[in-house]
Amino acid sequence: MSTLTLAVRDSSTMLRRNLLHMRRYPSLTLMLVGLPVILLLLFVYVFGGTLGAGLGPTGDRADYANYVTPGILLITVVSAAQGTAISVAMDMTEGIIARFRTMAIFRPSVLTAHVLGSVIQTVLSLAAVTGVALLVGFRPTANPVEWLAVFGVLAMITLAVTWLAVALGLVSDSVETASNLPMPLVLLPFLGSGFVPTDSMPTPVRWFADYQPFTPVMETLRGLLFGTGIGSNAILAVAWCAVITVACFLWAKAQYNRSRA
Amino acid sequence: MARPLRPAITASGLRKSYGDKVVLDGIDLEIAEGTIFALLGPNGAGKTTIVRILSTLINADGGEARIAAHDLSREADAVRALIGVTGQFSAVDNLLTGRENLRLMADLCHLDRAAGRRRTDDLLTQFDLVEVAGKPVSTYSGGMRRRLDLAMTLVGEPRVIFLDEPTTGLDPRSRRAMWQIIRDLVAGGVTILLTTQYLEEADQLADRVAFLDHGRLIAEGTPRELKRLIPGGHVVLQFADQAGLDAAARALTASTRDDAALTLQVPSDGGVGSLRSLLDQLDRASISVAGLAVHTPDLDDVFLTLTGQPDHERAMAR
Repeated sequence: MSTLTLAVRDSSTMLRRNLLHMRRYPSLTLMLVGLPVILLLLFVYVFGGTLGAGLGPTGDRADYANYVTPGILLITVVSAAQGTAISVAMDMTEGIIARFRTMAIFRPSVLTAHVLGSVIQTVLSLAAVTGVALLVGFRPTANPVEWLAVFGVLAMITLAVTWLAVALGLVSDSVETASNLPMPLVLLPFLGSGFVPTDSMPTPVRWFADYQPFTPVMETLRGLLFGTGIGSNAILAVAWCAVITVACFLWAKAQYNRSRA
Repeated sequence: MARPLRPAITASGLRKSYGDKVVLDGIDLEIAEGTIFALLGPNGAGKTTIVRILSTLINADGGEARIAAHDLSREADAVRALIGVTGQFSAVDNLLTGRENLRLMADLCHLDRAAGRRRTDDLLTQFDLVEVAGKPVSTYSGGMRRRLDLAMTLVGEPRVIFLDEPTTGLDPRSRRAMWQIIRDLVAGGVTILLTTQYLEEADQLADRVAFLDHGRLIAEGTPRELKRLIPGGHVVLQFADQAGLDAAARALTASTRDDAALTLQVPSDGGVGSLRSLLDQLDRASISVAGLAVHTPDLDDVFLTLTGQPDHERAMAR
């Protein structure tokens, strides 16, 4: 068997295992969808009136629902990433991983399966959250091609954040650590253009908000969904996602191959 | 005995330290194909470390090892294709059912669908797991879990199997069942390296035994040879009356008598030659013996003498 067929075959075997875990224990998945949905409802129905007014002279709650949804979608991605880090860390405490290491299989298949499984899980969560957003007044003007691009951008950032989550799960010495390490990621959409425009922030915060990776991603999504200007944000978003994916993939691989004491 | 003894496992000068702590200090092993080799030692002696090195989980700091002529560090994947490992901590997926665990192994061993299903069914039957095959492993008892663990190791029909304390924590009945399974495996030509803390287990199963203490092999041989290493074997002669005991005690000067039990304890290695000469001696003196028991030291005696500091100190003081 060539390395490639071996890689595909073993990865899909491991993916079946991960999907079986998710199907059998759906509570974690539901919990991960819960956070972004609650934030969405909170920001639209509690803060939405006031924050909408801040968007412009005619701004209202409906405008704010449109504004906040891309931020909420990224919250969905990082929330799912937290679940990924937890399940990777949990997996590593199990004896079965040691068994996999003594078998003549494609070694990274354990990791690729976690990533693929989590990406599938995140895409489903994103669909669910988008559904709720549409119910509470999210009214995008995108055409099918733009929707496809939205899907592409979300898939890219999901892949990047998931590899980061896998690496964080691997460096964690306990499941608790794995649950806490990705926490700061949840704050990133807040410290960016996710909930309010960055030009309303004081200079140091704005500087961080403008240059962190999530902002170009959210601005690209807004541009695709509502036809606002994208500018250099698309290139920046792709570049950030590529860098994070490659760096975290290498990091995760090194962590997994490191012989454990 | 006439079996060609090709080595399935060889190791020379294996070393491993964690920081300052030397865990293995130059281990040499040669294990013949189709035999059971038991590594015996207390907790922390380095048994698990040897298994982890030989099963490619960790690298040794020094020395080299081969499994069926494949070098451990240069041909790790070839080694992995030949071995099966059942560790001390169960290597099963708790979220899956027993059948799903076995199917997972079949897929990872690249059996085709039909062959995988057949192998799964065979192993479920062989290991008495058919009834619980559809239940999640998290609901299994310790014995069932251990059987599933070993069944998963066997899916790929490994030629060399590492069993790290396979019966630790099992009840006596499950332990005996596990012993039978291990004997059957070796009958099929598989080579087994077994670690255990139980001397009885090594005595029951192993063709050869090595004692590991503080990262060094302190003795190696067949269980019988090892028992011979230890002085303290003796023959107990039982007499019908006081007169017989008196006569025998006069004839055998090095003996210890027990008047209440009418027995005489004579130091002996328990071998056939020395028994014969003892009986000849009694015959010549026309002393009749009512009963005779040979006490050869068991592995516990060997172990305590070889490793037990207290025993050693007592011997020095005497």
